Amino acid sequence: MNELWFVVILFLSSTGAGLLGALSGLGGGVVIVPLLTIAFHVDIHYAIGASLVSVIATSSGAAAAYVREGFSNIRVGMFLEIATTLGALVGAWLTTKVPTQAIGVVFGLVLLYSAYASLKQKHAEMTEKPDPLALRLLLKGDVPADDGLHHYVAQRVPLGFGLMWMAGALSGLLGIGSGAVKVIAMDQAMRLPFKVSTTTSNFMIGVTAAASAGLYWRSGYMAPSLVMPVMLGVLAGSLIGSRLLVKAEVRTLKIVFALVIVALGIEMIVHSATGMGA
Amino acid sequence: MTWNDKRIETWVGVMLRTGVMLAAAVVLAGGALYLAQNHGPRPDYEHFHGEPAHLMSLRGIGHGVATGDPRSIIMLGLLLLIATPVGRVVMCVVGFLFERDRLYVAVSSLVLVILLYSLFFHK
Repeated sequence: MNELWFVVILFLSSTGAGLLGALSGLGGGVVIVPLLTIAFHVDIHYAIGASLVSVIATSSGAAAAYVREGFSNIRVGMFLEIATTLGALVGAWLTTKVPTQAIGVVFGLVLLYSAYASLKQKHAEMTEKPDPLALRLLLKGDVPADDGLHHYVAQRVPLGFGLMWMAGALSGLLGIGSGAVKVIAMDQAMRLPFKVSTTTSNFMIGVTAAASAGLYWRSGYMAPSLVMPVMLGVLAGSLIGSRLLVKAEVRTLKIVFALVIVALGIEMIVHSATGMGA
Repeated sequence: MTWNDKRIETWVGVMLRTGVMLAAAVVLAGGALYLAQNHGPRPDYEHFHGEPAHLMSLRGIGHGVATGDPRSIIMLGLLLLIATPVGRVVMCVVGFLFERDRLYVAVSSLVLVILLYSLFFHK
């Protein structure tokens, strides 16, 4: 294939991935690696390099819009970033040690889980007592609701912190944002309001990904000519997507995207597992 | 207006957006130059062989940008992009200093140290 055509097709596919990622709330990163490895036969190390860069771009690109909404909690995000960046250091280091096929299988499993998590209903409102550790760390805030401001305090801080470490490790190992795991940690484990969890997660994704970027860069995972169309495409797609989104109900789209992700996950597992014997 | 979390976040949002757009513009410029100079078949991405050493150091990229090497210009854009979340953490350290919140000055400084370690020393 001629290089110009390759770049154009890659740019358009990445725009589609960014668009779907923004509309579904899963982020474009999660489909970039399967797209590159399965459809374009790119080595998984180059694929996770391109994906990680796109993840940083979408996270930072969407930040201004999220700030306007006013739900994100800067302290919760910063405290948990200690866990995600430490996890990312380990995950990125693992990419240089673990066989390619194993990365593929883990990736497939994470895809299946993300699809499931994206369709699950959000949790019931909190009833448990706030964690004293959360009060000491000021992990609390107010969210606007129909009947005025709702006060919230984080619960089960150590569990949330541990899950965030996991999210960081997966981000470093797979070049993804791990948004799904981050939301689980805040929404399910720490019982933070759903809107607070999703918007704070977006901020954290960029910082987490930056913690893997150095090792990716110095290990040669970032091929400039490959990253260029992918990063620009995902960024364009996600910016268009967030404009379209506004407050539309996207249930059908979520189901369609989840099915696509399930198919990609199965393909990645089968592809990697059959490649193991070779 | 006094310093509060909302104000930090607004500033951070503006900085992140500006950083991303600047990075994208540099990547786009490098990409256009790259496509103008390369008409061959697509490079081999099917087998991993790393990147040339000059693209993996700040000095090498700086030299490449000075001589108009398209790949170095793209890498410069990517490094700008990677710097945006780091800039966010720096702004939080400063913001919490203004808020006189010692605990969170310490928390955000710790995150910054981890990030700087990861960018330059992690092997």
